[in-house]
Amino acid sequence: MPQSAEKVLDHAKLFHEPEYQEMFARKREQFECPSSADAVAKQADYLKGWEYREKNLAREAAVINPAKACQPLGAVFAAAGFEGTLSVVHGSQGCVSYYRSHLSRHFKEPCSAVSTSMTEDAAVFGGLNNMIDGLANAYKLYAPKMLAVSTTCMAEVIGDDLHAFIETARQKGSVPEDYSVPFAHTPAFVGSHVDGYDVAVKGILEHFWKGKTRTVNAKINIIPGFDGFCVGNNRELKRILDEMGVEYTLIQDASDQFDTPSDGEFRMYDGGTKLADVADALNAKATISLQHWCSRKTLDYAAEAGQETASFNYPLGVGATDDLLMKISELSGKAIPDSITKERGRLVDAIADSQSYLHGKKYAIFGDPDFVYSMARFVMETGGEPTHCLATNGTTAWGEDMKKLLASSPFGKDCNVWAGKDLWHLRSILFTEPVDLQIGSSYGKFLQKDTGIPLVRLAFPIFDRHHHHRFPVIGYQGGLRVLTSILDKVFDKLDADASQPGKDVSFDLTR
Amino acid sequence: MSRDTENDAAFREKLIEEVLSAYPDKFAKRRRKHLAVSKAPEETAAEGESVLSECDVKSNIKSIPGVMTIRGCAYAGSKGVVWGPVKDLVHISHGPVGCGHYSGSQRRNYYNGTTGVDAFVTLHVTSDFQERDIVFGGDKKLEKIIDELEVMFPLSKGITIQSECPVGLIGDDIEAVAKKKNKEINKTIIPVRCEGFRGVSQSLGHHIANDTIRDWVLDKKAIEFETTPYDVNIIGDYNIGGDAWASRRLLEEIGLRVIGMWSGDATLAEMERAPKAKLNLIHCYRSMNYICRHMEEKHGVHWLEYNFFGPSQIAASLRKIAKQFGPEIEANAEKVIAKYQPMVDAVLAKYKPRLEGKSVMLYVGGLRPRHVVDAYTDLGMEIVGTGYEFAHNDDYQRTGHYVNAGTLIYDDVTGYELEKFVEKIRPDLVGSGIKEKYPVQKMGIPFRQMHSWDYSGPYHGYDGFAIFARDMDLAINNPVWGLFDPPWKKADQKFLEAAE
Repeated sequence: MPQSAEKVLDHAKLFHEPEYQEMFARKREQFECPSSADAVAKQADYLKGWEYREKNLAREAAVINPAKACQPLGAVFAAAGFEGTLSVVHGSQGCVSYYRSHLSRHFKEPCSAVSTSMTEDAAVFGGLNNMIDGLANAYKLYAPKMLAVSTTCMAEVIGDDLHAFIETARQKGSVPEDYSVPFAHTPAFVGSHVDGYDVAVKGILEHFWKGKTRTVNAKINIIPGFDGFCVGNNRELKRILDEMGVEYTLIQDASDQFDTPSDGEFRMYDGGTKLADVADALNAKATISLQHWCSRKTLDYAAEAGQETASFNYPLGVGATDDLLMKISELSGKAIPDSITKERGRLVDAIADSQSYLHGKKYAIFGDPDFVYSMARFVMETGGEPTHCLATNGTTAWGEDMKKLLASSPFGKDCNVWAGKDLWHLRSILFTEPVDLQIGSSYGKFLQKDTGIPLVRLAFPIFDRHHHHRFPVIGYQGGLRVLTSILDKVFDKLDADASQPGKDVSFDLTR
Repeated sequence: MSRDTENDAAFREKLIEEVLSAYPDKFAKRRRKHLAVSKAPEETAAEGESVLSECDVKSNIKSIPGVMTIRGCAYAGSKGVVWGPVKDLVHISHGPVGCGHYSGSQRRNYYNGTTGVDAFVTLHVTSDFQERDIVFGGDKKLEKIIDELEVMFPLSKGITIQSECPVGLIGDDIEAVAKKKNKEINKTIIPVRCEGFRGVSQSLGHHIANDTIRDWVLDKKAIEFETTPYDVNIIGDYNIGGDAWASRRLLEEIGLRVIGMWSGDATLAEMERAPKAKLNLIHCYRSMNYICRHMEEKHGVHWLEYNFFGPSQIAASLRKIAKQFGPEIEANAEKVIAKYQPMVDAVLAKYKPRLEGKSVMLYVGGLRPRHVVDAYTDLGMEIVGTGYEFAHNDDYQRTGHYVNAGTLIYDDVTGYELEKFVEKIRPDLVGSGIKEKYPVQKMGIPFRQMHSWDYSGPYHGYDGFAIFARDMDLAINNPVWGLFDPPWKKADQKFLEAAE
């Protein structure tokens, strides 16, 4: 009997037991009508070759394991970064359960959002009544300070007009006359979650800024972008800005919302950009975005409002952090303090200490466009060679940006940029042109299993490792963490490769 | 807790009134019908029934907008539950990218096979609809996808098309595409109209998926298969964490031959030959009763509900199943029950003292809110509240057999209600889903995900029960729950305040 009370075996070990293994073999032989073991082995082998890769890359319609989500996820994440704000997603209700689950699985935190629960009748007659009832119930039950509306693709296909619906709901008394209900149309069949983030933030700014007169002050608005590491990153960013003495407003800060304490109380809302600060942000001197591809429309809007704008690609690594700090210094007139210069030196020191293990290492990097950009840049700073850079939600323009970046360093000259490709493409690519390490999200674990290339988890979503997002990856301090994460994999691999009997001469104590 | 059933019941009735008072009037009225405290049978008119208590709530009706329902959609019911686990078919999430992305690889339907070669469960295959597909329709693209999938996965046994919301709204004819491509590639292609806006929950997706098995899989080809009088199918077990395997082992041990598993670790061949079985054994009644009824009518295959959660129900189920097959199998069942009894005793000896008297609130899908009750009872624990996301009336009728009078019953509970119920009742454990996990834990109440087994399992069968007991113990008896209050907020507080 495989199971016992003394040593309880769960799925990890139970099914390795002979009783189960024999049962599996019986099932396969007698009942499954499988392809022959030979055919399976042949096909598995064929999947690793160049011929399959070419067929794979020739796909025009089927998408397999895309590394992107849909717009409303970005909108729900965006809303979580504002004080007391509840997302109302107009459309089918299952979608909202998916967004909530997805974000909870990454952050290991509650994620609240409501749906207007549209069904067949709403598909025929439109979802106006769902909006009226939805806003009324959400307002009454959950006492939010703001209801941020976005849409599922159902509402978009039937063409529901959010602005008109919200105004009608307001007239019908669902929410008070002067209550904030910003909105954004977020069709899932356009762009990805990074675009949903963009339009949702823009919608909120528009709600507070439209028709207001701007009186310029010295503040700088900073939009972090869709970031699975917002908990660690936003706090690190605030620390740096405070250290510099910059006056700023972080617009969309979900760091507290997705990191509430366990003390007996469930906080449905915690932290976030104060609504009064969002309104006042119109008067800021400038708005900068930490993630260009998450904020193109928002920055256009800020520019229209008369603000100076600038965007970055996720300030991770030495040069990217330098660029951000110099821009902030320029805009604010505040010098970069010695304390931060020292931090920079420490990151450079760490890279120097470890450079012999990093120089010439080849990487595959996948994730959101801004992340891939900065990760490639940092890898090159350490002497690594980005070899495959892939963003399923990367546009042609992103691809051009990437190529420019890679051309700027001899370490980037052999890199392939894969804009719009998916992780099944990457599988073929990694088999035919292998690398030393892959950097991306938890979805890379399937690639690791198949190709044996170790995965460094540094991109959203991370479902299968805990708490990484609590630590920053941006700025010089964050750079240390990224560096250490990469090095741990490098060293683990060295040890693993030196662990076979007869091949263990390199099992060194000191490295 | 329910030593004082009457008081508990009164308290819970009051609790229902309290949560309803938070709603706008119109919706308080609607929600009232979904909330109840179960009553002892003598209080109801239905005399002579074997039910322990009555759980009379409205169910399977639309969720109210804006209340934070925990339900999913028809796509989740079809792709996520019924079809997704079938391992040698490629399942296309047909529409925009999100649905397949969020549901992909999350349900832990274990399977044996080489992923991407002869098994495809954890792949996310999507048509990734763009604006032009909405405008011009997705049928042409779907045809092309099927061609491309043939090149990518030639060893697949077929394809299912899992419709997402836009497909049904833009008037695509996926059935026509399926028929056409079926002729061209000579593989089974199943179009499923499980758009998320259909119906009120996952439940309609189960039904639609069952109907497509009837219409596109069964009786489509001549099946050559040598039958025995002991052939059964496991129906409605999705092999979460390996559940169906732990179940299969027991059925094999009592001398039955499992010729098909629906749909955990299933192959198309197992589904096609199902009507050849002597008996269909159904675990998740809610999601697969439809196809069992069909096979009964059309093929004369009877079906039997069983419950493999916890030793009491396992033994009762094994006996019930064995009875259908005569004395030899019945004797085998007794042998198997006796064989596992020492292990069960050891599990109970180890864990029952640590769990006895602990109270539990459940909120799960359409089966487990009743089916797992006796597994808790076996451990000496007590269910004080339970409810379903997407049950129908016949599920609530079946629930009375499991729960005591005075149990709080909640149908399609809202985030607000569940939070208040948990906060006021403060059970020792809550079993629900990922969306409920963290709010409950923040309140200092232990929690186990009862959809995914919280990444553990299997929980079915005797092998599973040991894991179930271990998991409930580790959740409840972890020291972290004692760390919530800082010491300076406890005993020393007055002293410090005085010193200030």
